[in-house]
Amino acid sequence: MKSKAMKAAGWAAAVGWSLCASLALAQEVDTTKGIEEYRRMIQDGNPADLLAMEGDEIWTTSYGPKQQSLAQCDLGLGPGVVKGAYARLPRYFADTARVQDLESRLMTCMQTLQGVDPEKIVKEDFLKGERLRVAKLVAYVVTESQGETIAVDTAHPKMQEMYELGRRMFFYRAGPMDFSCASCHGADNQRIRLQDLPNLTKQKGAAAGWGSWPAYRVSASQFWTMQHRLWDCFRQQRLAEPIYGSDATVALSVYMAVNANGGEMMTPGIKR
Amino acid sequence: MAAGPMRIRASVSGDEINVRVLMAHPMETGQRKDPSGNVIEAHYITDVVATINDKIVLTAEWGPAVSTNPYFEFNAKGKAGDTVKVKWVDNKGESREDSVQVK
Repeated sequence: MKSKAMKAAGWAAAVGWSLCASLALAQEVDTTKGIEEYRRMIQDGNPADLLAMEGDEIWTTSYGPKQQSLAQCDLGLGPGVVKGAYARLPRYFADTARVQDLESRLMTCMQTLQGVDPEKIVKEDFLKGERLRVAKLVAYVVTESQGETIAVDTAHPKMQEMYELGRRMFFYRAGPMDFSCASCHGADNQRIRLQDLPNLTKQKGAAAGWGSWPAYRVSASQFWTMQHRLWDCFRQQRLAEPIYGSDATVALSVYMAVNANGGEMMTPGIKR
Repeated sequence: MAAGPMRIRASVSGDEINVRVLMAHPMETGQRKDPSGNVIEAHYITDVVATINDKIVLTAEWGPAVSTNPYFEFNAKGKAGDTVKVKWVDNKGESREDSVQVK
């Protein structure tokens, strides 16, 4: 009799547990659905479009000591070609003998065409002064690559060198928390609050991550470039601030972009 | 600072038109402080008026609770070729008006 009662209790407990588990599961599904719904709602009307409109104007307006526009800026597809250029960056540029991402390339253009000192931009803060101008240009350029296929050319030995450097940095653990990029972005199905953390070591994750940055961040009402994003990743790992447009940041971009090859550019993205 | 242009998209959906507006505005609440502790002056849109072929179809009173770079969507009676005009006025008396033809 006693054992029967025990059994019944055990059974009830088991039912209770499975009910709990299924409730938790349902809740998890609801959360995911809720996040998707939220993302869908903010998808339309990305305020980055406003910056892209401004960037378009900046691109064609004379500026700097030389009073020139950026209309002749070569982003890799020839002078003045913007359409699709971002989907093929970073790349090796023969004129600077460097692998450059969009922002370091824009600094080169601003220096050679307009006479703007890149040091000034490097020393400035994000969302301020000349660097904000660069961000607006970024918004414009990346919008012109929306829907393009990510196709970063790795043929040049410098690109392979940068990819390898980027890969090593990605897995390099450092700082007071002994973090690497891979700590958060090296496994599937990771999430911080509303943001999925793409697994950047795989094509699918890299395409989702690289393809949706630069992005407008709704919570901060700010447009963040890739350099800004990387700078914040360093900060979150409690590492020293990376220098704007430095080879270290470009190498990480090369690593992500090459891993993302074949994916779709969904820039500018919109995030929490 | 001169206010940037709005991005207005207007399209026909059934017997109505769907208007989506993205406004460039800081929408400062007046509750925030800058890094040196000074209050950042309130600066937000107070009135929005939308017209279709110069006939008012919508007016709205806004306040500091609306986000930076507001996104605003509404439906109204209309047809392709109509002119949709949207105007906002903020608490500093600045304003911006943009228009678009319904596609």
